[in-house]
Amino acid sequence: MNELIFFINKVLISGAILGSIYALGAVGVTLIFGILRFAHFAHGDMMTLGAFVSYILVTLLVAMGVTAPIPLGILVLPVAMAIAAVIALGIDKGFYAPLRARGSKPVVLLIASIGVTLMIQGLIRLFAGVGTRSFFDAEAKDIFRIDMSWLGATRDISITEPQIWMIGLTVVAVILLHIFLTGTRLGKAMRAMADNMDLALVSGINTALVVRVTWVIAGSLACLAGTMLALDVTLKPDLAFNIVLPIFAAAIVGGLGQSYGAIAGGYLVGFAETLAVFNWSAVLRPLNDVLPAGWSLPQNLALVPTEYKLTVAFVILVVVLLVRPTGIFRGAST
Amino acid sequence: MALVSLHDVTAGYGGAPILHGVNISIEASDVGVIVGPNGAGKSTALKSIFGLLKVSEGSIVFDGDDITNRSPDSLVPKGLSFVPQEHNVFTSLSVSENLEMGAFTRTDDFADTMTEVYDMFPDLKLKRHQRAGELSGGQRQMVAMGRALMSRPKLLLLDEPSAGLSPRYMMEIFAQVARINQTGVGVLMVEQNARQALGFATKGFVLANGSNLFTGTGQDLLNDPDVAKSFLGGHQP
Repeated sequence: MNELIFFINKVLISGAILGSIYALGAVGVTLIFGILRFAHFAHGDMMTLGAFVSYILVTLLVAMGVTAPIPLGILVLPVAMAIAAVIALGIDKGFYAPLRARGSKPVVLLIASIGVTLMIQGLIRLFAGVGTRSFFDAEAKDIFRIDMSWLGATRDISITEPQIWMIGLTVVAVILLHIFLTGTRLGKAMRAMADNMDLALVSGINTALVVRVTWVIAGSLACLAGTMLALDVTLKPDLAFNIVLPIFAAAIVGGLGQSYGAIAGGYLVGFAETLAVFNWSAVLRPLNDVLPAGWSLPQNLALVPTEYKLTVAFVILVVVLLVRPTGIFRGAST
Repeated sequence: MALVSLHDVTAGYGGAPILHGVNISIEASDVGVIVGPNGAGKSTALKSIFGLLKVSEGSIVFDGDDITNRSPDSLVPKGLSFVPQEHNVFTSLSVSENLEMGAFTRTDDFADTMTEVYDMFPDLKLKRHQRAGELSGGQRQMVAMGRALMSRPKLLLLDEPSAGLSPRYMMEIFAQVARINQTGVGVLMVEQNARQALGFATKGFVLANGSNLFTGTGQDLLNDPDVAKSFLGGHQP
């Protein structure tokens, strides 16, 4: 039984966490691609920036002596997401909108977003230094242990409080996004614009408004994802820059421009990565008893060493592009 | 007073002009049809009205206002609707969502307009929850026209509504165009099926090489031996 619980802890929970973060990041990437037709490379750093916004707010609350029954990093999320949305609008207005107004090609905007990436990282290092920070200096990170002794196990299923919030908030965010995209006029206009930009203009859809709404959603979801990632691990200037590639892989695997595809792609890449680095030896250990004498399982049976986790996203990406170039949900190909 | 009139319009896509001083004028009671050989600038004339390309000379007056070079999104609330020839539906949106997008600029309740569109195209009502991309060519054309009607336009611009349709659908679309016109909506359309279109047009404009060649009622043009010889495939017995 311990093997099963080890599997739950290491694969189901970790995969769900990683998948949630990838999914929220990939939704932003895919929405921006659908509306503005360029790969927003700076999305990872918008996540990091969002996490830093949350961190600053938490530090303020701690200085004010505020305590809460839930982690402070979760408590500040609504305010942090609003600030991140404003920052995203500012980044668009300052850097991307002028290029669009000149009719720049998507590749020019892509290069501009790489510039924004370097700029955000530089600013963060300038003001916050290169060190690592934790959201849990002032408060404890609660860990829930579910006793499994009734199944004859000696290990517990363990999950931290931020992780529970993370999975729950991702579900809430996805449901709200679904309601927005299918139930509101602006959400439908967003899908319409991603579907056929020229016809959207001809129909009189306020495309400038749709662009702003896109940045608000992408920016606030990036803040949510970045904060959750920082709550789960630690906060550092290159926090989400390191996962921008799996996030793009998730968006492409799901089909660029397809929000639901991005969510599916996020969990697919997240679970694939955790499964690939999982040490199968731990689960297969009972087989040692039935193996012929002199045979035994190796200590480490992971498919990929942990350091090479990123390659998994690329393998999935290459396979999907070969087999189904427009992604699982048939997104845009250009 | 004319609902829309183009005065000596010269326009193009940025390079050399395609239209050279075109004059077109129709009333709200008219179905105007622009015919002519390929490359005559028929679609260009429609697009110049809707602000989709640059008018370098001349002026366009709609409903008493000069709308030369106005952007499309400002023209929809003024009462102009445009149905492009291709890619004229949102394929990933349902039929009803397509119609809803046509009413984007409206702030009032548009449920009654949607009912009118469904009454006009009963096929669409049956398929209202289906994605527009799954419909047949004729049904897509109905969605496109329905979408354009959702803003309650005064003038409907149609770019080759019968392109690629079977004769049965073509006649149905033309019949709907005539019916839309009877409700007080002016129609200006470009057509390849010139003979059928001129048959029910109240005004016809023959363009060639970006200039007016003939202008008259639909019947006049059909009966004109020069027009018939040059553009309608010879005399009909």
